[in-house]
Amino acid sequence: MDKLPKWVDVALIPLINLALALIVSGFVVALIGEDPFNALSVMVRGAVGSTYGWGYTLFYATNFIFTGLAVAIAFHARLFNIGGEGQAQLGALGVALVCLALPWPHWIIALPFAILGGALFGAAWAAIPAYLQAKRGSHIVITTIMFNFIASALLVYLLVGILKVPGSMAPETARFPEGAHLPSARDVLAVIGIPFARTPLNVAFLVALVCAWGVWMLLWRSRLGYEIRAFGQSEPAARYAGISPLKITMITMLISGALAGLMAINAVMGEQQRLIQDNVLGAGFVGIAVALMGRSHPVGVLLAAILFGALYQGGAELEFETSVPREMVVVIQALVILFTGALDGMIRRPLESLFARRKRSTSGVPAE
Amino acid sequence: MTAPAIELKGISKSFGPVHANKDIDLRVMPGTIHGIIGENGAGKSTLMSILYGFYKADRGQIYIRGDKTEIADSQAAIRAGIGMVFQHFKLVQNFTVLENIVLGAEEGAFLRQSLARARTLLKELSEEYELHVDPDAKIEDLGVGMQQRVEILKALYRRAEILILDEPTGVLTPSEADHLFRILEGLKREGKTVILITHKLREIMEVTDTISVMRRGEMTATVNTADTSPEELAELMVGRKVLLRVDKTPSKPGEVVADVKNLRVVDSDKVERLRGISLQVRRGEILGIAGVAGNGQSELLQVLGGMQDATGEVRINGEPIDLTGTKSDARTRRARGIGHVPEDRHHEGLILNFHAWENVAFGYHHAPEYNSGPLMDNRAIRQDAEAKIAKFDVRPANCWLEAKSFSGGNQQKIVIARELEREPDLLLVGQPTRGVDIGAIEFIHEQIVALRDQGKAVLLVSVELDEIMSLSDRIAVMFDGRIMGERLPSETNERELGLLMAGITDTDREHSVAEIEANLAHVAGKVV
Amino acid sequence: MSYADIIQILDSSIRLGTPLLLACLAGLYSERSGVFDIGLEGKMLVAAFFSAAVAAITGSVWIGLLAGVAASVVFAMIHGLASITFRGDQLISGVAINFLAAGMTVLIAQDWFSQGSRTPSLSGDARFSSIDLPFADALSGVPILGPLYSEALSGHTILVYVALLAVPATWYVLFRTRFGLRLRAVGENPGAVDTAGISVTRLRYSAVLICGILCGLAGAYLSTGLAAGFTKDMTAGRGFIALAALIFAKWRPWYALFACLLFGLLQAISNRYSTLDLGIFEIPNAFVLALPYILTVVILAGFVGRAIPPRAGGEPYVKER
Repeated sequence: MDKLPKWVDVALIPLINLALALIVSGFVVALIGEDPFNALSVMVRGAVGSTYGWGYTLFYATNFIFTGLAVAIAFHARLFNIGGEGQAQLGALGVALVCLALPWPHWIIALPFAILGGALFGAAWAAIPAYLQAKRGSHIVITTIMFNFIASALLVYLLVGILKVPGSMAPETARFPEGAHLPSARDVLAVIGIPFARTPLNVAFLVALVCAWGVWMLLWRSRLGYEIRAFGQSEPAARYAGISPLKITMITMLISGALAGLMAINAVMGEQQRLIQDNVLGAGFVGIAVALMGRSHPVGVLLAAILFGALYQGGAELEFETSVPREMVVVIQALVILFTGALDGMIRRPLESLFARRKRSTSGVPAE
Repeated sequence: MTAPAIELKGISKSFGPVHANKDIDLRVMPGTIHGIIGENGAGKSTLMSILYGFYKADRGQIYIRGDKTEIADSQAAIRAGIGMVFQHFKLVQNFTVLENIVLGAEEGAFLRQSLARARTLLKELSEEYELHVDPDAKIEDLGVGMQQRVEILKALYRRAEILILDEPTGVLTPSEADHLFRILEGLKREGKTVILITHKLREIMEVTDTISVMRRGEMTATVNTADTSPEELAELMVGRKVLLRVDKTPSKPGEVVADVKNLRVVDSDKVERLRGISLQVRRGEILGIAGVAGNGQSELLQVLGGMQDATGEVRINGEPIDLTGTKSDARTRRARGIGHVPEDRHHEGLILNFHAWENVAFGYHHAPEYNSGPLMDNRAIRQDAEAKIAKFDVRPANCWLEAKSFSGGNQQKIVIARELEREPDLLLVGQPTRGVDIGAIEFIHEQIVALRDQGKAVLLVSVELDEIMSLSDRIAVMFDGRIMGERLPSETNERELGLLMAGITDTDREHSVAEIEANLAHVAGKVV
Repeated sequence: MSYADIIQILDSSIRLGTPLLLACLAGLYSERSGVFDIGLEGKMLVAAFFSAAVAAITGSVWIGLLAGVAASVVFAMIHGLASITFRGDQLISGVAINFLAAGMTVLIAQDWFSQGSRTPSLSGDARFSSIDLPFADALSGVPILGPLYSEALSGHTILVYVALLAVPATWYVLFRTRFGLRLRAVGENPGAVDTAGISVTRLRYSAVLICGILCGLAGAYLSTGLAAGFTKDMTAGRGFIALAALIFAKWRPWYALFACLLFGLLQAISNRYSTLDLGIFEIPNAFVLALPYILTVVILAGFVGRAIPPRAGGEPYVKER
């Protein structure tokens, strides 16, 4: 029986959880001797108060859209892909290899290949945990965690070895050729005469929006999406309907890994312009918070990603202007995951009984 | 006059808007076996959960041996001398019998003395009540009958004076059930009080002294077993005369639709679940598969429905079908004209969180009429769903409701509508009326017979012998992954089928009873 | 490689294996009770910070230890609240705990010490000093076994010996006491425990509490035994290696000891050699570091001895109707 109206489930509960996370964060800020309201206003101003702020906010948001969609689509198949971090690292490797492979004449030619490279490498890194889950029943949470560490070891190995620029001390690849540079928001907007600050925001943002739309089409308009959602609800039912658990687990994780890998289009190709060790910077994990907050719906993911983008950018400003380190954002992120993901029942159950009581008092007739 | 062992006064309990128990009064005298009978959902289990401290009643009092007693949790129930044997056993599978018995009733913080003392006491109890079981056996190696004994011993070890058994025979063969009833008689002789909760009329008539009937959360009657009849009880249970017979004409079997030869299934634990099943289902007939739950019927349905791999040979309309590989899945089976109403509609037949219209396409979501190009045509699916909901009188007639919001009967109607409207050559039906209200049962039975009369073949699996007897044109009995024999409903009776369900054929009659029982325990360990 | 080298590597295996072992046993209690815990890392980290910070402030490592354990227990209780009381997702709760620890430690470190998210260096009584086992000197002359005892086994801090003793203690508690019986039962079938009149909630909370205490010891050892102060993210994935070791050990105490020593050994080797030259080919350092994770995946895949977690693990307990 439906206990809660839809709007409570998709809007009210996430907002209450977010508010709780922010209130607790406010206490933390107060505890370290800063004014939480001032901190908030610094963050808001820093994140959305200028085109500079917006640029960074949306740049971060782009990363989180990719990783958030990656976690969200896996959630629909009841798979917890905690390996977005590693898959994004491998995606970065794929993008870097593509960008370095040829003297690309123009970004519009390089981009599709880079997308292919990032998606393919990210998907490949998700494939083994997916296969082990589907075939051998190995817990995908644990295997994807392990694969995060293996990925970073692999990257270290490559960056101090084969991929390093000869003679250089820094563990990083050469810079990508000019033709593999994605145009920034400033460049694009200048064409139509809108001034925009110099920020790393680039056309990858549009790729992310297309991906969000694609995931929505996939989940609610395609047979594959229907099968993914059915499988996520009940595996025996999936088998009953002729849906192969192996196939769905594999495909879902491959898509998930590919989406995580695509993050590199923004971070590596759009900003860093070379492959470095810490190219993901925890965005894979932020994806978990974003997917939880966005209730695994592409629109929700989009909104949550922008929120977290703003938090990241605001956090950077906070560190700049006050004594609060940017790790404050990690705390807020942790609290969001805690309240929306783990402590959901704390809010949901009282609300459920509240609405059950209201329903009874309005209808007045007991069922049966 | 002695005080009743248990007396309940005005017990009420609701879950949200649902009144599970309404003003229940009950008196059970010590040293008797008292039956509580009622349909699924009548509120029997809720009442017992209140007695065992799982739920707190909203209103009412409980008196144990004349004393008003608060039962706040299971610990309090145990202290009050109440023991409970749940339908689903509460045993730790990888613990020994002894460890399970000691759990929660240990003496002191260290196990050594507790286990030693328990071993002695267990031996005494075993002998006193003829409840023999190996204290060092692991639970996962024991058959269901044995596991049930462990549950009873657990209660006795805690010095229970009042023993409640919830649907204890659901997983037992008739002979195991008889053994259980002997044990219960023994307990009664020792002065214990037994409360037996069941929905099976026959067994309640056999062993109880008094019977209470529950209907829709209310206690509708309490009678002496000697003064009543199964017919009267059935009427009290459902509130009107029950029509147990299904109106149908004699079948006119045509050519063979499904030809199954030597079907074998080995599960992931390397246990052979199907041991060479051969059967045929013809056009225009219903083949009923009788058997105690867990003897391979589920596997048979799953294999034919494409949910499980197998070896052997199956032909549909003369053409062989793949039993392994990518072409052995449910989608291919549907394309070959096999419809499937699964045993478990909550976990197999429906996606409870999907809208009704999404469920109408479930399993047929590749059908051309539900798709346009690469995408699904959701509008077409909704139109079809509305038509089917109207035709099968699903209530409420709203295809936007999620499947979980419908009652059991209406959920089953959605499944039946989906599978029958495709007019499959072979329809697989598992437990079609489990958890379904009386009104819907008749409707569902009529639909199945109607499909037969269209010249389709039906394979029916049910653990309800009455359903098998009244619906089938031919009955096959399964035991331990084999077919023990086939009978015509007109030429057999429940006694004969019951023996077959226990694995006893005519040639077996010469074997000693002990041998058969040992065989049963052995087998039960594997199948459950 | 000389014998002295081997002794040195074994010595550092024990040192590096100790935090793994403590965290691994912590996870063992929690997961045996049916509460999955991927937040070992976070609890270690927060304990590492608070023990170093309080030791730095008070000058006493023992008060530091208490503070570290207390902080870890607070985090464990958050996990308990989420996964037991509010029946939330245990994995998600673990993820949150890890982030919370990563952020909070830096925040507080910066606020208290303003030294770039680290504590001041610890020395003297603010650190655990090494203990010589009896007869360590006298036996050092005995060939082969002498150095093994006096140099590899002796001369560690008290927490190392606590960790080693925790192994038989855990075995005894788990398999020989009433608490252990109930703990194992609640991780396999909480329904059986509940109907036997024992509180599932209380049992699981005590397991989570023990988990918090042991993680606290692990973290304290990191910052006041192994290192001399706290640095940002100093656990560096140890909580996950401990988790890997727990799976590797199939949730059994003695196996856990061997798994943790093995993983400690791998760390010791990779610390000592930048590449491992096996004559025919070289094994890169990164591979040695990744080996615990790779081995765990292999074990999880079930190719070598399948690891079956406690049956009720990860599922919040809801009474059936």
